Amino acid sequence: MNTLASAPVPAPTLAAITGAGVLQLLIYLAVLLALVKPLGWFMARVLEGKAGEAPLGLGRALGLLERGIYAICGVRTNAENRPVETGWKPYAAGILVFNALGFIAVFALQRLQHMLPANPAGLGSVEASSAFNTAISFATNTNWQGYGGESTMSYLTQMLGLGVQNVLSAATGIAVLAALIRGLARRSSATIGNCWADLTRVTLYILLPLSAVLALALVSQGVVQTFRGPQEVALIVPLSPATSDGVAVTTQTIPLGPAASQIAIKQLGTNGGGFFNVNSAHPLENPTALSNFLQALAILLIPAALCWTFGEMVRDRRQGWAVLAAMLVIFVPLLTAAYALEARGNPAIAAFGVDTTASLGELGGNMEGKEARFGVVNSALWAAATTAASNGSVNSMHDSFTPLGGLIPMWLMQLGEVVFGGAGSGLYGMLMFVIVAVFVAGLMVGRAPEYLGKKIEPFEMKMAMVCVLVPCAIVLVGTAVAVLIPEGNTTSNPGPHGFSQILYAFSSAGNNNGSAFAGLAANTPFYNIALGLAMWFSRFWIIVPVLAVAGSLAAKRVSPMTSGTLPTHTPVFVLMLVAVVVIVGALTFVPALALGPVVEHLQLVSK
Amino acid sequence: MPHPTTHASSSIFNPAIVRPAIGSALAKLDPRVQIRNPVMFVVWVVSVLTTLLAVAGFVGKGEAGGYSPTLVLVIALWLWFTVLFANFAEAMAQGRGKAQAASLRKSKRDVTARKVRTGLWARGTGEKQRATDIGTLKTESVSGATLRKDDIVLVQAGDIIPGDGEVIEGVASVNESAVTGESAPVIREAGGDRSSVVGGTQVLSDWLIVRIAADPGSSFLDRMIAMVEGAKRQKTPNEIALDILLAALTITFLLACATLLPYSIYAVTQAKAADAGTTASPITVTVLVALLVCLIPTTIGGLLSAIRIAGMDRLVQANVIATSGRAVEAAGDVDVLLLDKTGTITFGNRMASAFYSVDGTTAEQLADAAQISSLADETPEGRSIVVLAKQKYNIRERDMHALGFDDKPASFVPFTANTRMSGVDLPVSTRYPQGRQIRKGSADAIEAYVSRMGGTPSVQAREIVNEVSKRGSTPLVVADGSGRTLGVIELKDIVKGGIAERFAELRRMGIKTVMITGDNPVTAAAIAAEAGVDDFLAQATPEAKLKLIREYQQGGRLVAMTGDGTNDAPALAQADVAVAMNSGTQAAKEAGNMVDLDSNPTKLIEIVRIGKQLLMTRGSLTTFSIANDVAKYFAIIPAAFMSTYPALGTLNIMRLNPETAILSSVVFNALIIVMLIPLALRGVKYRPVEASRLLGHNLLVYGVGGLIVPFVGIKVIDVLVNLLAFWN
Repeated sequence: MNTLASAPVPAPTLAAITGAGVLQLLIYLAVLLALVKPLGWFMARVLEGKAGEAPLGLGRALGLLERGIYAICGVRTNAENRPVETGWKPYAAGILVFNALGFIAVFALQRLQHMLPANPAGLGSVEASSAFNTAISFATNTNWQGYGGESTMSYLTQMLGLGVQNVLSAATGIAVLAALIRGLARRSSATIGNCWADLTRVTLYILLPLSAVLALALVSQGVVQTFRGPQEVALIVPLSPATSDGVAVTTQTIPLGPAASQIAIKQLGTNGGGFFNVNSAHPLENPTALSNFLQALAILLIPAALCWTFGEMVRDRRQGWAVLAAMLVIFVPLLTAAYALEARGNPAIAAFGVDTTASLGELGGNMEGKEARFGVVNSALWAAATTAASNGSVNSMHDSFTPLGGLIPMWLMQLGEVVFGGAGSGLYGMLMFVIVAVFVAGLMVGRAPEYLGKKIEPFEMKMAMVCVLVPCAIVLVGTAVAVLIPEGNTTSNPGPHGFSQILYAFSSAGNNNGSAFAGLAANTPFYNIALGLAMWFSRFWIIVPVLAVAGSLAAKRVSPMTSGTLPTHTPVFVLMLVAVVVIVGALTFVPALALGPVVEHLQLVSK
Repeated sequence: MPHPTTHASSSIFNPAIVRPAIGSALAKLDPRVQIRNPVMFVVWVVSVLTTLLAVAGFVGKGEAGGYSPTLVLVIALWLWFTVLFANFAEAMAQGRGKAQAASLRKSKRDVTARKVRTGLWARGTGEKQRATDIGTLKTESVSGATLRKDDIVLVQAGDIIPGDGEVIEGVASVNESAVTGESAPVIREAGGDRSSVVGGTQVLSDWLIVRIAADPGSSFLDRMIAMVEGAKRQKTPNEIALDILLAALTITFLLACATLLPYSIYAVTQAKAADAGTTASPITVTVLVALLVCLIPTTIGGLLSAIRIAGMDRLVQANVIATSGRAVEAAGDVDVLLLDKTGTITFGNRMASAFYSVDGTTAEQLADAAQISSLADETPEGRSIVVLAKQKYNIRERDMHALGFDDKPASFVPFTANTRMSGVDLPVSTRYPQGRQIRKGSADAIEAYVSRMGGTPSVQAREIVNEVSKRGSTPLVVADGSGRTLGVIELKDIVKGGIAERFAELRRMGIKTVMITGDNPVTAAAIAAEAGVDDFLAQATPEAKLKLIREYQQGGRLVAMTGDGTNDAPALAQADVAVAMNSGTQAAKEAGNMVDLDSNPTKLIEIVRIGKQLLMTRGSLTTFSIANDVAKYFAIIPAAFMSTYPALGTLNIMRLNPETAILSSVVFNALIIVMLIPLALRGVKYRPVEASRLLGHNLLVYGVGGLIVPFVGIKVIDVLVNLLAFWN
């Protein structure tokens, strides 16, 4: 900083947060929290199989559809025409088989798209390692994209492959969560639900209707939804000087496609895989401030509302609030910090005497890599939301954030995608942390640990620790391998920033986020395969233990609450949970972060 | 309590225990011992590794860009100390137990037993031989160690009882101080609830014929010794779950440290590419290893087994022997406490508290009659009537003989189960020309007596009887031989002082108390209200007790109870925490999972506290251990990457010497184990408050404290280390 003082231009050159910025964040949080209860309540009804009671004959109509699906798919039903519930093992097997089929379908579609219809741009077969990566990516709700949408995927692949997986992978997450909640809520039960019924209901009653509404709203804002191929249009002002080969550029190709339908579920289902390469920074994917607000809202909507669903289903709403509160306690400060850090701008630029203060008609702060229509506050909000939820869509380039501003999204992922996290997966991940927190807190009050009356024993502990360990191990080991071999060195920057790019990629894949730092050339066989494996393991090596916990908890008796029982809805417990999540995340990744964004920041300010 | 082996008052670091513990700590360096504790085993392995690195350094093959061999050696030494300190903590805990076991073992010296030829003592012949002169019994002298289950032995005054067993014949006073620490002799007799004897105790008077109940090696003393020595090392589910947590954290930190080497190599490559002249060098294995040891939860890992052994030890100091560690932990979780009314909630004996005269009799007359009828009654109830008469109406105690006339003494009519009355027959005298009969007893019995004597049962007395019952007291009706009902004596159950407060404390701990009594529901309700218990079971039978326990367990509750009689055995076997009284029968002791040597029914409260303390100590030290890591990062990371990224020096907020920061962290990490040994052995203090408040308090002390302490500690150690300045 001392060099700054001796800079030729007078201070202050670093911008600060503005009242308008803070107000936008507050409005966002207020709208989000207002929607938590109604949507959460509705989702609880759906997951409890009561959606058929919806008014206006809607329930009856959808119920017919639901039963029709069961009949066609051969889902076993009982005498009352309800799907037969199973234990955790058949449930897990169903989930695994279903997702394996999804993987195969997307892989095949990509490889065969040149022979299939709805390919107006005439795109060829996708390269094998990229197709492998993308198929896993969309089956695991990661939606990491090593490819550019408009230049790689045909409309058919986008819609039938990626769009469908956007819905089904989110449904998978919510189904697994539903099974875990039932495990907690039930007493001495051998079953945790029927996976086919859960997948069907979540898709039919939650994801499809919400997506339809959001897609229409986005279309109203100018998001494209068409089967027409890319359009060549004349530039209003020809580009000069001409390209390197001397030809003046007079036209531009505008990519089109059925984008709105896919973007809606991309946000709602915490998928994040963009229709176009630059994702929600693209003007046809996210054209206006309102579309940006709606999309950012959609990112956290289902993960936040599921907390209420949880409280509703375990018949103790305070438990849902407590988990949501823990998420907010982590999220809000990080969001504010991200905004403040970006609003402050880049000291290296300020050192040149550039005034980055926000003023009327002038977006302040670090605007590198950000869209002028969103500015610093909406970019920071999006960055925090998309990495808190395992969404991964972007409306600005995180690579261009200030070092610490970029650290925040990266760390939000490294926390295990449990602060909101993926649709369903965020909450079931958080509940694994709750098990750890309950265990330590229970010991501290001299009780054998229990959560919602269920005793936490070695088996639950083992499974919870697997869920905590797997993502950490994948991120750390994956990064270590990548920095050691030449194939891994495809970064766009040297030094700590290059390291951050690699660490970010594995943090994203290892936690099923899918957000990209940009800068890293990841569409290489090494990254396609390494990140593909990272996504696969981190998704299913968590789903299986979570379902095992669900099965084990469902079979247990419930001990009644006494004043000696540790209440898990109190502020003290919320703090305990926050501490466990933050400390595990911090202690695991501090050394790595120190060598990446932290040192980059320190070097930047000490220059 | 005067216990020969109690050393609760002596200091934790008693030289007699410390000295052998040091030797034992060294012996425990054996890797076969270490592998049982994954956290400490990791430290053991890296200690070997660092020692080898130091040796390599001295022969000139040290790590490039690393520390001087001396400094590496010092770090290696402190890593060894970390292992040794953990061993020492365990040895200390075991030492305290061993000291106790040694004194127990003294009482287990081999004795010569008089074994009765079993042919002569067939089961069931006891009654017939009751009058047998024991001198005529055919016995053979054998070593006590050779006795098997069901052998019959004769024990006479001065003999040591050769093994645990049941008295089948005789009555004797026995000195049980060897196991209970209580010097007053106790009575042991055949039949009833006082029939069990413990091997190693001494018969002081009379004789006993004992059927041995345990084979050699499984006697009560053997189990007790095994328990205090910590020889039973089976882990409880809770300990296993904690082990899993600690192992998972260790793996996480192992990964975080191991991957730091490639990250560092990458950083150095990048730095070299940018500036060929840089002195950057990758992080050394010594530093990585030091970072790893500082991060993995060595504090709790090193103290875990000491905490468990010390928990058992605290229980033994409370004169309770548990047959499994699981029972102790379960005690901390108890939701429902079943307590016998008599002896636990009330004093064993009821006391006269009021006289109610009826039908024109004056209170003095009633008191006088009641007193006379009780003069020869040596039961505590009888004594209390005499005392009350004196206190209230100043009727002084009279001699039974003085009441007689013409050498015809008054004759005392003792209570029998048949008549359910007691009283006195006074001979004809000037005062009583026709002589006088006085009877006191239960309302029904006296009504029958009054009718028999030609009187009419008093309506007023019946009303008073009902009122007294409702108050939770026992009514005794007094009548005389003329068929006249004199009045009612109220015998009150005296609730022990301070018991209501203890139950309130239990309620705050979340424990429900249930009083078990043979009284009728009306009396039971009144006493329950006075004592402040949450619920009661009246007219309890063994079956009703068992059913009640099962009902609570069905509802997911953990039930604790105390018992001493054979009829308690089924309920004791069903309860989750079952404390048998040492004075109780062998069957009760076998059915329970703890034995209270003091035979004090309120001991359960103490046991619950010890169980909670055990878990709390574990949880608090785990939190402390993990919270410590934050400061260690601030100490080690800047120092470790000094050469590659000098900018990271900003994170050195403690302003440590980068050269010694890592050593200081390792020293702190080792010393904190020693500093916490007293806490591990004594246990975290338990206060009976709501769980949420307790969590808040412990989080503040051990969580926030755990964050701050190492910042201070490492800084202080670094200053001291730099004063020595030996590493150059």
